[in-house]
Amino acid sequence: MSDELYKEFILDLYRNPLNKKRLDDFDIEQNGSNPSCGDDVNIQIKFGQDKKIEDIGYQGQGCAILEASTSLLTDEAKGKSKEEIMNLKEEDIIKLLGVNIIYTRKKCALLGLKTLQEAIKKYV
Amino acid sequence: MLDPKEIKKDFPIFNNRPDLVYLDNSATTQMPKVVMDAVNEYNSNYRANIHSESYKLSGEASGKYEEARAIVANFLNAAPEEIIFTSGATHGLNTLAHSLGKNLKKGDNVVLTQMEHHSNLVPWQQASLDYGFQLRFIEINNDCELDMESAKKVIDENTKVISFVHISNALGTINPAKEIVEIARNAGAISIIDAAQSAPHLKIDVVDLDCDFLVFSGHKIGGPTGIGVLFGKKERLENLTPFIFGGGMINSVSYNDASWNKSPDKFEAGTVNIAGAIGLARALEYIQKIGMDTIKEHEKKLSEYTLSQFENIKGLKLVGTKNIKNRSGVLSFVLGGIHPHDVASILDRDYNIAVRAGHHCTMPLMKLLGINGTVRASFWIYNDKDDVDKLINGIKQAQKIFKV
Repeated sequence: MSDELYKEFILDLYRNPLNKKRLDDFDIEQNGSNPSCGDDVNIQIKFGQDKKIEDIGYQGQGCAILEASTSLLTDEAKGKSKEEIMNLKEEDIIKLLGVNIIYTRKKCALLGLKTLQEAIKKYV
Repeated sequence: MLDPKEIKKDFPIFNNRPDLVYLDNSATTQMPKVVMDAVNEYNSNYRANIHSESYKLSGEASGKYEEARAIVANFLNAAPEEIIFTSGATHGLNTLAHSLGKNLKKGDNVVLTQMEHHSNLVPWQQASLDYGFQLRFIEINNDCELDMESAKKVIDENTKVISFVHISNALGTINPAKEIVEIARNAGAISIIDAAQSAPHLKIDVVDLDCDFLVFSGHKIGGPTGIGVLFGKKERLENLTPFIFGGGMINSVSYNDASWNKSPDKFEAGTVNIAGAIGLARALEYIQKIGMDTIKEHEKKLSEYTLSQFENIKGLKLVGTKNIKNRSGVLSFVLGGIHPHDVASILDRDYNIAVRAGHHCTMPLMKLLGINGTVRASFWIYNDKDDVDKLINGIKQAQKIFKV
């Protein structure tokens, strides 16, 4: 059976997520949730001297799509400026995941980005 | 006995989508053609507003609307004037929380259970902020049933209202409604039953239950969306002030004040959902013809079969009681190593199975159980063993994909 949504690397990220950690020292912290399913994430960000993201960690409990997309997003975010983060779009997340996300799961795929951008907005 | 294959023929959606395995009946049931016809008949043959009988058409609409009320009354073993049409169970519960809540004060308490749907929790929370009464909760035990010892502890002489869910939409637990109503009566408290998940699945007799109020929703019982029922004992309704004001509920109005019509009119301000009420009545006639006891038995057998299949799936944990006597055809479960949303997506995509994943509007309950949510399969009259077999295959497929 073709299994586009649940590609092996997405399942790998679900089992072994990236950047799923708490930072001892951070500049911003932001919670985000999907009220319809109850899933939530917490993102912590540490900026470097150059005002770019030096380190980032997330916590939370979610489905495979949420864990994979937030893993990839947090990795992508490292070294990026606030402007670059604010410019990230839905398409960028889909591109990172490399699969088509059906309508019912878009909220799962985008919760990480939504939360990260909320955090940045708060910091500016 | 009930033949789901025959019953399916009454529901156009199964003709239009022959592969659909619909297991989200706790959320909304499918609609039989007779209900669509009844709604269509109102709109195409006698559509008019009611209670302003200046012409034949309006008289006909009014007659059919009141006939619908009588059919609902018969369904619950109530009197027609005890039946109020609402937009759904949520509307009924908000009416009660507001209209009963405003008679309460600091020192009074309202008792709910730990397994309430948000619709029987949040209205009371909000009313308690306004009127200062306390909220208390009957606890659940390890088997996800109500702990009746805990009920005795939380209910006291200051308990004014006990409002509880008859069947939990998240767990499938059937609560001992008659027993709780009796406890309420002995405590001098008003009893309210949220029958949204029970009215479609078992016989409801408000005389036998002896409850003061009961609510349910039309769309969970084959009827249209946007229509529901609030039953209240006659003397209770007489003493209850309305929650929504406007046309149709009025006895007389001056620029400075107004007086209300008798119940049920005083609770039905504005133009009501006439087509919805007529459609709901037809839905009730339809399922009564099948027989509520037959429906209950059918769902019990299906649940027993499903539970026996669940036993063979490693890593599947049922969230709810295994005691078939105390459970309905709502089966909530979690799978080790797979998030409920991922299970639902695989069931939907690979097997065309509609199940609900999430917290089912019972967030405090999920937190209490230490889970984020569950996968929920819920049955009605058209579901059969084939549907369950597909569900089981789908679950196994999800486990295969996730390698758990």
